[in-house]
Amino acid sequence: MPSDFLSNLYVFILAGFVGFELIKRVSPLLHTPLMSLTNALDAIVVVAAIIIAGRHETRLSVILGLIAVAASFSNMVGGFFITDRMLRMFKTGKSKKS
Amino acid sequence: MSPGAGIQLIDLTYIVSVVLFILAIKWLSSPATAKRGVLSGEIAAALALAATLANPEVREYKWILVALIVGAGVGIPLGMVKMTAVPQRTALSHAFGALSASLIGIAEYYVGIPHVSRFGMAEIGLEVVIGSLTFTGSLIAAAKLQEVRFIPQRPVVYKGQNIVSLSVLAAAVLLIIALVINPEQPYLFPIMVIVSLIFGVLLVTPIGGADMPTVISLLNSYAGFSAALLGFVLNSKVLVVAGALDGSSGFILSVIMCKAMNRSFTNVMFGAFGQVQTSGPAVQEARTVRSASPEEAAQILEAASKIVVVPGYGMAVAQAQHKVRELFDNLTKKGIEVTFGIHPVAGRMPGHMNVLLAEADIPYDRLKEMDDINSELGQTDVALIIGANDVTNPAARTDPSSPIYGMPILDVDKAHTVMVVKRSMNPGFAGIDNPLYYNDKTLMLFGDAKGFVGDIVRELSGNSSH
Repeated sequence: MPSDFLSNLYVFILAGFVGFELIKRVSPLLHTPLMSLTNALDAIVVVAAIIIAGRHETRLSVILGLIAVAASFSNMVGGFFITDRMLRMFKTGKSKKS
Repeated sequence: MSPGAGIQLIDLTYIVSVVLFILAIKWLSSPATAKRGVLSGEIAAALALAATLANPEVREYKWILVALIVGAGVGIPLGMVKMTAVPQRTALSHAFGALSASLIGIAEYYVGIPHVSRFGMAEIGLEVVIGSLTFTGSLIAAAKLQEVRFIPQRPVVYKGQNIVSLSVLAAAVLLIIALVINPEQPYLFPIMVIVSLIFGVLLVTPIGGADMPTVISLLNSYAGFSAALLGFVLNSKVLVVAGALDGSSGFILSVIMCKAMNRSFTNVMFGAFGQVQTSGPAVQEARTVRSASPEEAAQILEAASKIVVVPGYGMAVAQAQHKVRELFDNLTKKGIEVTFGIHPVAGRMPGHMNVLLAEADIPYDRLKEMDDINSELGQTDVALIIGANDVTNPAARTDPSSPIYGMPILDVDKAHTVMVVKRSMNPGFAGIDNPLYYNDKTLMLFGDAKGFVGDIVRELSGNSSH
């Protein structure tokens, strides 16, 4: 078993636990923004797509990489944008009057 | 600076991003700090992006820039959709996320061949299979939610369906195994991709309607885990962490959704809802319902001191949320306490009802979770149900033969008076009869939710001007 795999597994398990503990505490009020925010965070796949496309290894890898760049970057931009919009809508009774 | 130090700097930037990711989710836990969470996530993404573009491995920028612009061009309009369309936007973004993860996996395989190790092949195979099935599954889910023509919204069920679906899945697994035994079979790889794409379609087509919140959450978790697996393939810790966070988030949400319907994962995935009804009792008792006019409803609401509104997806379909806000404003001005009882599976995705009401400008401190509102309903004068059905059905508590028996519901029948805005006596999406409608203290308000609530508001403002 490669040592890279083991160190990745450590990170995966620890991040999974951290995620579990944090997300359990998110108010159900914000479950929709939670989903759009984690979606935007997950779009960090764009960094791998940029490397694949930028390395210029084969024509196929460049094309697939570029499609992946566009797809994940649209998630990043759209995800942050809509989460921000949603959170602006959440107002308390007091702040609503102002 | 030596190239080695540059790479280390990039790695350090990724670590900062990972910390900011975790803080982003931590801050999102409450409305007071949530905006800070988004900012933290944005900074993390910008840092990671900048670090990656500075990577010396990237030798070509022009087309990457074009792809980024195309991505932004697609992402910005998708970020501007109305709150009613958020479920399909979310499903579409799961599709995009899964698409990019699997495309990178595919590219990695063809670049790596003939030097792909067996272990690496197992990682790539698993990653590409999960990514591909999530891609088509999410597309079908988005199409169902968007009510695209030719895509049936209702669950599509045929005989032997589960056997067909499971055989396709088994084929995908066998193809992974064949490739692991000998990774140098580039002709098998596309077959594995196609089989996974087909499985995604078969997985989601039989599911629909009230199960959509669970399906979206589950696809969310698959999309996250495929990104984490890609992190394994590329040995990229930042992807492993982001994927694990996204994956566990989707997983927790699916568990919450399943619990809120008292169903198991297997039951949602393999037993389409609404099929059970045919076996239900076909006895048509001549039960009477009482109905009321907008005028009578307005009088009852005006006389109340505590009102709980229970909204459901029907409210969103009728676009009634802005009329509901007018009703809320009017009653609140008269000194009546109005709160909203939100069932976890109300709407088409987790938390959907909350963003819909927030968009209509209803203060979020008036939105109560199921457990909180159930302890208040006994002291409530009027429970006003708008576009919700199964989540208020008392048969879930009392009738073991009901398909929704055991599902936690909003106990609206504990209120002194119950009013239900409903188009007609037709049973709801799942086709389950609701004994609440025949209850002595229930008044049916027949009509379109938007129109009827508008009429009540008119009555209320008319009375106050006299």
